Amino acid sequence: MRRWAVRTGFLLALGLLWQGLASAGVWSPVLLPPPASVLRWLGAAAADGTLAAATLVTLRRLTVGFAIGVGLGLPIGLLCARSRAFDDTVGLLARGAQSLPSVCWAPLAVLWFTRADLAMLFVVVMGTVGSIAIAAADGVRAVPPIYVRVARTMGAGGAATWLRVVLPASLPFVVSGMKQGWAFAWRSLMAAEIIVPGMHAFGLGHLLHYGRELHAMDQVLGVMIVIVVVGVAIDRVLFASAERALHRRWGTGRSP
Amino acid sequence: MTDVQQELAPAPPLKLAIRGVGKSFAQGKAVVHALDQIDLDVAEGEFVCLVGPSGCGKSTLLSIIAGLETPDRGEVLADGQPVRGPGRDRVVMFQEHALFPWKDVLGNVEFGLRFKPNLDAKARREVARFYLRMVGLEAFAHAWVHELSGGMRQRVALARCLAPNPRVLLMDEPFAALDAMTRERLYGDLQQIWSARRKTIVLVTHNMREALTLGDRIVLMTPRPGRIHAEHVSGLPRPRDINAPHLAERAAELTAELRRALGPDEEATR
Repeated sequence: MRRWAVRTGFLLALGLLWQGLASAGVWSPVLLPPPASVLRWLGAAAADGTLAAATLVTLRRLTVGFAIGVGLGLPIGLLCARSRAFDDTVGLLARGAQSLPSVCWAPLAVLWFTRADLAMLFVVVMGTVGSIAIAAADGVRAVPPIYVRVARTMGAGGAATWLRVVLPASLPFVVSGMKQGWAFAWRSLMAAEIIVPGMHAFGLGHLLHYGRELHAMDQVLGVMIVIVVVGVAIDRVLFASAERALHRRWGTGRSP
Repeated sequence: MTDVQQELAPAPPLKLAIRGVGKSFAQGKAVVHALDQIDLDVAEGEFVCLVGPSGCGKSTLLSIIAGLETPDRGEVLADGQPVRGPGRDRVVMFQEHALFPWKDVLGNVEFGLRFKPNLDAKARREVARFYLRMVGLEAFAHAWVHELSGGMRQRVALARCLAPNPRVLLMDEPFAALDAMTRERLYGDLQQIWSARRKTIVLVTHNMREALTLGDRIVLMTPRPGRIHAEHVSGLPRPRDINAPHLAERAAELTAELRRALGPDEEATR
């Protein structure tokens, strides 16, 4: 409760400071729109449904892209951990893909897929696959060999050992890899929506982009706030409970 | 008899015959002879302790009996059948508890039962509870591994090894990492379980008093190459107390014998 009070108080103080700076009139309202006008824009966009529609479009792209990324990344990571040859070929590509900010794919993706939607999906997938594959491979490599010996002495075959021991033992790595993959996907999608023009479906990034075109900085700031809120909320819903469950089992995550 | 009752009846102990077993490892450019020409018989229901300093190959021998490693020469016969790989009739208990953190205590004990097709989920649960009760941890069925003390973890590991009803229990220094008080309590538990369940047990240790407290027979091993130096029948009445003076005396004699066998260069056992 106390921590919530501190957080709320801090945010309110930040808002007041912002309002103070804006009313001092040092900068033009285009450079620093007052909080009231950002709130006004947010209210109007929420009322006419623009915000909800854009958030939905963005979330749909994100979840589809993330799901494909996990679907590709997990098997790639597991195969990398199992086979040296696979690790030296596909694994090499995955590591390369992870160090490339995936929005760099946007120019090519637009040409290849012509449909803006598919191009953005591609950018999200490329942002996700690498980090998930690498985390899964690291997770499998970090499994204590004694766990495998325990399973084998109990009569577990190869498949059962993987399914019941290696995979669950690597879960902490896999979950943190998925969390990182999600963060990459979120960032790359925002970048992609800002630089790839939206034809039919406007996402949050497009709203921000058109705010810039119209010199409507209240809109730009408003969309930024929504992006932060949505990002934090998803992190809470998707990962916080999984992490809590892992910490409870492994006995980790408590400050010493 | 239901499946569960059948499952809980002690499985008949197994007879082991180790015939001319040898094993070498490459260590850099040198070749280490971990085991050389090992011959050993273990009778049904016998409790044998392998004692020797580090590097005498006792753990390697245990892994070979378990089928986790293959010998370069010779073979291990379990009831006359050559051992070709791991099997749940010969379960190993390791020095580290190696319990799975993603499962609670009961889930860990149930683990080995998954590979028995005749048991459904309910039967597995029942069998696991039976063994948890045997090690006195029924109240902790739903605790997580990190919430237990070292001794409790090793008890759970023992229950997990007993649950699939193996015919041989292979123990690789299972008490070495515990404090003396906890260890002595576990000696009592293990002797009691062994006399109730009549399992063949092979225990590896470098603690002579531990070996004399638990074993029917003590096998002394020497390193480079790993060989059996001598065998001693304990003959002490049970139950035994590790702090009994005559036991300590026997332990001192055997330790002295082993030390003479090792020569001046070798580090003696504790």
